Amino acid sequence: MFHAILFYCFATILIGAAMGVIFSRNPVHAVMFLVLAFFESAMLWLLIEVEFLAIVLVLVYVGAVLVLFLFVVMMLDINVERSKRGYTGYLPLGLVITGLMVIELMQIIWWRSSADVASGGFVPTPEGYSNTKALGAVLYTEHVYAFEIAAVLLLLAIVAAITLTMRRRPGLKRQKIAEQVAVKASDRLRIIKMDAERQE
Amino acid sequence: MIGLQHYLTLAAILFSMSIAGVFINRRNLILLLMCIELMLLAVNFNFVAFSRYLGDETGQVFVFFILTVAAAEAAIGLAILVVLFRNRRSIDVQELDSMKG
Amino acid sequence: MHGIHLTIVLAPLFAAIIAGLFGRQIGRAGSHWLTILAVGLSFALSILVLKHLYWDGGQIENYTVYTWAVSDGLHMNVGFLIDRLTALMMAVVTFVSLMVHIYTIGYMTDDPGYQRFYSYISLFTFSMLMLVMANNFLQLFFGWEAVGLVSYLLIGFWLKKETAIFAGLKAFLVNRVGDFGFILGIAGVVMFAGSLDYATVFAAAGAIASQSIEIIPGREWNAMTVICILLFIGAMGKSAQAPLHVWLPDSMEGPTPISALIHAATMVTAGIFMVARMSPLFELSETALAVVVTIGAITAFSMGLLGIVQNDIKRVIAYSTLSQLGYMTVALGVSAYSAAIFHLMTHAFFKALLFLAAGSVIIAMHHEQDIRKMGGLKKYLPITYWTALIATLALVGFPGTSGFFSKDALIEAVSESHWHGQGPVYWIAYLSVLLGVFVTALYSFRMFFLVFHGEEKMDKETKSHLQETSWVVTVPLILLAIPSAVIGWFTIGPVLFADYFGDSIVVAANHDVLAYLGQSFHGSAGFMLHALLGPAVYLAAAGAGTAWYLYLKRPELPQLWRQKMSGLYDLLDNKYYFDDLYIKGFAAGGRRVGQFLWQTVDVLVIDGMLVHGTANTIGRLAGVLRQLQTGYLYHYAFAMFIGLVSFLGWLLWF
Repeated sequence: MFHAILFYCFATILIGAAMGVIFSRNPVHAVMFLVLAFFESAMLWLLIEVEFLAIVLVLVYVGAVLVLFLFVVMMLDINVERSKRGYTGYLPLGLVITGLMVIELMQIIWWRSSADVASGGFVPTPEGYSNTKALGAVLYTEHVYAFEIAAVLLLLAIVAAITLTMRRRPGLKRQKIAEQVAVKASDRLRIIKMDAERQE
Repeated sequence: MIGLQHYLTLAAILFSMSIAGVFINRRNLILLLMCIELMLLAVNFNFVAFSRYLGDETGQVFVFFILTVAAAEAAIGLAILVVLFRNRRSIDVQELDSMKG
Repeated sequence: MHGIHLTIVLAPLFAAIIAGLFGRQIGRAGSHWLTILAVGLSFALSILVLKHLYWDGGQIENYTVYTWAVSDGLHMNVGFLIDRLTALMMAVVTFVSLMVHIYTIGYMTDDPGYQRFYSYISLFTFSMLMLVMANNFLQLFFGWEAVGLVSYLLIGFWLKKETAIFAGLKAFLVNRVGDFGFILGIAGVVMFAGSLDYATVFAAAGAIASQSIEIIPGREWNAMTVICILLFIGAMGKSAQAPLHVWLPDSMEGPTPISALIHAATMVTAGIFMVARMSPLFELSETALAVVVTIGAITAFSMGLLGIVQNDIKRVIAYSTLSQLGYMTVALGVSAYSAAIFHLMTHAFFKALLFLAAGSVIIAMHHEQDIRKMGGLKKYLPITYWTALIATLALVGFPGTSGFFSKDALIEAVSESHWHGQGPVYWIAYLSVLLGVFVTALYSFRMFFLVFHGEEKMDKETKSHLQETSWVVTVPLILLAIPSAVIGWFTIGPVLFADYFGDSIVVAANHDVLAYLGQSFHGSAGFMLHALLGPAVYLAAAGAGTAWYLYLKRPELPQLWRQKMSGLYDLLDNKYYFDDLYIKGFAAGGRRVGQFLWQTVDVLVIDGMLVHGTANTIGRLAGVLRQLQTGYLYHYAFAMFIGLVSFLGWLLWF
């Protein structure tokens, strides 16, 4: 019962936060609502004992990705008013699509599902079960290749992001370390042989 | 009792709302990206719920990877956004129609 | 013998290649010596072959030299059939060719295309030999087309002269019409006999004749009749029978030696030779023979009439050639194949002689060809005069000359050929050949008198240079004059009545007029005496007398008549309007059809609607469809969502 109350509380806040994301006029507020939504998701996940992912969601998503969002939003000078003009142009279409989507999904989840799914709760975890440990046991054995590839993907993202955003300003003076290291004495110093005395 | 169906329903609502968000915020690229994050979150909800329902950790591993890809996507997407803004002084989608046929 | 046969054929080819490709290296003298030696070798060996077959009683040889291709059991061979017909043709072809080779040294002295000319005429000799020596239809067709090609090359030999190019093209195109029929005929032969080999086809002739073919639905025709008429259409093209004769007069644009060799003595007789060679087929279709007779008769008479109004010395002879070819065709049509070949042989000699004599006159006149500007040349060109006289007498059939024997035998054969019935075919043929004699004499002597007798109408400049041509010209004239004069006397007996051709010419028993004539043949002298009882000799004399009266005694009369009968004169002067019909009718019509096909079918339908239409439709469609590509990110996103919802709905509700 307590479980259910918590679920409905968090779910309500989550939906409210999502509403905030899509309706807020200020992008900064939207990011903030998104942070809230992710927090609530993490809480919901904790409720069904998916602890590791819940923590990862908070740490990685909220701590890194959403901060990045916030950073970009604040860095870019966005004309809020202008970006909200034409607000209602596609709203009817959006509502129709969204409504259809909701109807379809609800139909799948509630009316088309088999009886055991409908009555199905979650599998109870055994005594002393550690979600992190179990996840690690699968991740580093069965899915190790995918894990490695994910690592490479992240590296790729880093490289890509840096390459995309880095720019060279013309006229900027910078060190060329490789040249400095490779320099030889003869490049810099010219020895001239000359008589000590002036010849008559 | 809270079960699979509740979580799936929540995910469905979240997904539908993010679709609505794409329609509503169609002109702001950052908000579009945020809606996509929200969509991914809904997907993750489904994975997590099924993983717990079936008692199989593979679903959670999948979420793990989705998170990774989403992070990479966000990083690159925002980088593109920054470059775009730097070049055009605007991220208004309405102005981005050089691919018009 | 096989080596000799190959040498006969290949020697001129070798010479032609060397003279053609390396003419610059071996020089003018080199090229004429080489080709003359090669053709001379061919001639000598041909005589050897003739001797072997006739006097030594050698066997007919029929063998394959090389198999070019085998397709579904159809053998395409290069092979030789050497019988007496072939041997006779080989001897005539190589002899006339040799004479023309020698003569050309004089005629073409100053021409820049000297080596090219020798290369061509040697190539012609090769092609003609391939044609006559063939033992199958394919090789016959090869030779047929090869001589046509060389003829085209030689008519247009002076390739900077526009009329020559036009004439060459005309010859080529008109021959295409004939060749189309010819190749259809060969196709018919392959269809019914399943072979290209003469021997096989002739053996199957009876079987072919008993079949019928339905070209137009509902109308059955005898297969043999169809094949023979198609083959004869080929012969009409090559042998210039009406209405495919129009190219031959124009071919006189070429140098005179080739007019003599190709357009009088040899190539144009290929059609006659072919029909004679196909006698086992033609004998089985009386319909085809009737067609042959009719065409030949029309050509023989009407083309002779045209000769009377021509003023170009070579064109007069050209129409004479047409007329004589008509005679030969008539002989073929009445199944007197031997008479046709006999006339072919004598005609080859005296017509080549006449042409070469005309060429000699032309050389002397500095390439003036209009007979109205000549006259009185007798005293300047004695050798040419006498040889031309022999040729003219032979042509008109003066008793004792070669032409007399062949033509008179021919006329006799026609008059005795009652198997066509006494119907219109017989009378057309008989009257044509008979009246043709008068016409022949008239135009021949008209030309002869205008050129060699009467007042001298050339200008002073030309007259001061007039002299007999050099020995290279006169020697061939003399050498040709001898057979023109006497060969009939010696050969009429063996060739016509002593079964010279043996099995190479097949005549059905009820068609065999020559056998009937042979019963009353008692030597050449008897034949001559017998001919004096017939009308032909007197008609010839009357023709000659008329010519003498009109053109020497009362030269003003023709002018007067021309004005009085301007309608008839115009008809003849315009060659019965055949050229107009072809140029304004067929050629212009063809051009209009082409224009229509080009403008409407090709440009409008195919290009406009299909080719460009497809591209334009796709372009327009793309123009519409590209509106979907707005370039706006959210439109793509919307499309994705709509698609997602649609698919989900489809999955759920349908």
